[in-house]
Amino acid sequence: MEVSADKLRFLSCGDSAVTVEFAKEMSEQTNRRIRFLAAKIESEGIKGVSECVPTFCSMTVYFDPFVISRKKLEKRLAEIISSYEESTESKKRVFLIPVCYDGEYAPDMDDVCMLTGLDKKQVVDIHTGTDYLIYMLGFLPGFPYLGGMDKRLEAPRLETPRTTIPAGAVGIGGKQTGIYPLASPGGWRLIGRTPVKVYDPDRETPILYKAGDYIRFYPITGQEFENIAADSDHTVEVREEI
Amino acid sequence: MPKMTVISPGALSTIQDTGRFGYMSTGFSPNGAMDIYSMKIANILVGNALNDGVVEMTLLGMSVRFDCTSVIALTGADMQPEINGEAVEMYTAHEVHDGDVLVLKAAQTGLRTYLAVAHGFDITAVMGSMSTNLKCSLGGFMGRKLCAGDEIPLRQSISLELIGKRRAKCENNYTLTVTARVMLGPQDDLFTDEGIKTFLSSEYTVSDKSDRMGVRLDGDMIENKNGVDIISDGIATGSVQIPASGTPIIMMADRQTTGGYAKIATVISADLHKIAQARPGTKVRFKAVDEKTALELKKKQEQKLKALQYRMLYAYKEN
Repeated sequence: MEVSADKLRFLSCGDSAVTVEFAKEMSEQTNRRIRFLAAKIESEGIKGVSECVPTFCSMTVYFDPFVISRKKLEKRLAEIISSYEESTESKKRVFLIPVCYDGEYAPDMDDVCMLTGLDKKQVVDIHTGTDYLIYMLGFLPGFPYLGGMDKRLEAPRLETPRTTIPAGAVGIGGKQTGIYPLASPGGWRLIGRTPVKVYDPDRETPILYKAGDYIRFYPITGQEFENIAADSDHTVEVREEI
Repeated sequence: MPKMTVISPGALSTIQDTGRFGYMSTGFSPNGAMDIYSMKIANILVGNALNDGVVEMTLLGMSVRFDCTSVIALTGADMQPEINGEAVEMYTAHEVHDGDVLVLKAAQTGLRTYLAVAHGFDITAVMGSMSTNLKCSLGGFMGRKLCAGDEIPLRQSISLELIGKRRAKCENNYTLTVTARVMLGPQDDLFTDEGIKTFLSSEYTVSDKSDRMGVRLDGDMIENKNGVDIISDGIATGSVQIPASGTPIIMMADRQTTGGYAKIATVISADLHKIAQARPGTKVRFKAVDEKTALELKKKQEQKLKALQYRMLYAYKEN
């Protein structure tokens, strides 16, 4: 099915940026179209466009108005989007992220069990049983806004946010789950921690994944956590799936 | 290695260039100088590339000692610079020598001052930029603000003779009333006509809670139609965000890349430097302009910098 470009809205963000709004509601379908546009721009390039920031329902495009006018840019973006076809769906990249759900790594596990009425094994099984789509990155570098968390795991944020959450902490905040890529204040309930460096400024790609990729968590022991944390050559397994 | 040693760091001094670009999609704010216009003039005055790294000082300047012959220039807010106790002019290239001490005081008007050295600071770019990202402890000098005792390496020693007596018109008579021109959008349609009217006719005051992330304004609340929560989208530099409190925040260099509050308007590129220099207590009024006007003003500003760059080449030849 070809998606028509006529539902697009171009929202002005001043003289050097424009936000392309694809829809008013977030959905995987909308996200696929945004991902398609981002990939097209990345592979083909649009002269004068410096960067694109994909989000839930839109994409913000930064441009040099003296190289490409807003009008021409909007026309080009609409053209690209109208060339999207559902059948061109590509493989999905799934990042396998090890998480220790035990003891000190999971300070809010007991609370989450209480709030959800599940036992720890159930929480871990449910949390590791889904591929989470990364809708967008924001808030912090590499902080993934993930879709698809099982409703049974929903738990409200802490009433008083923590002043420091360590890098790699995995938490639940309302309907969402995610990873803190670097130490930061935050109000999510922490149910585990990954030893993987989601953010590494010295790596060629400082952030492991990008919007449109998937994350799958798998449980590890405290010992495995230590081993991976100590191994500077550890690489995260990435699976390409259809 | 020639260097500059920090004697006292001032209130907030960081290494910044024009910003770290290409990583916003993964959540990195661009950082970079708040007042890129003044920062570029500083670079021109010492013969550097426009985007070379400089020191950005805030409100209270720093004191530094040089251990080599170099050429420096200061632009932006007048912090009453002195070299070895003698007053020197802003917007002018000065030669410094081994043992010379540069002292800066509090900004007379405005808020931010830029120090450029000829050939630049020898700071390794991280992810393509020398800018300091304070939140991630990334880039700049050890990823943090400058502290007493820091030795900032200079790429190369150079004399004024090789650069020429460069001088530019002082553009730092910052007033306590500022008109920021804006283009409405991206979410102006979420506000009532009355709300838009309030936004464009009220006088707002810069709050002392402002920082490099955002310039917070106190004043009349801006009325919305059905709330200001949106599904998070991208935030451009200069976005005027209206959170639930109803008063504007102008998002600046260290802003988050995405956010869930409606943005009523965006300050045009040519006026961002005014906001960067607006100290707490400054009165801000917003004026809506169309895209054509915004681009004309942006062009004019860029041409001014080009003309200055060109003139400086002659300063060198005539020297």
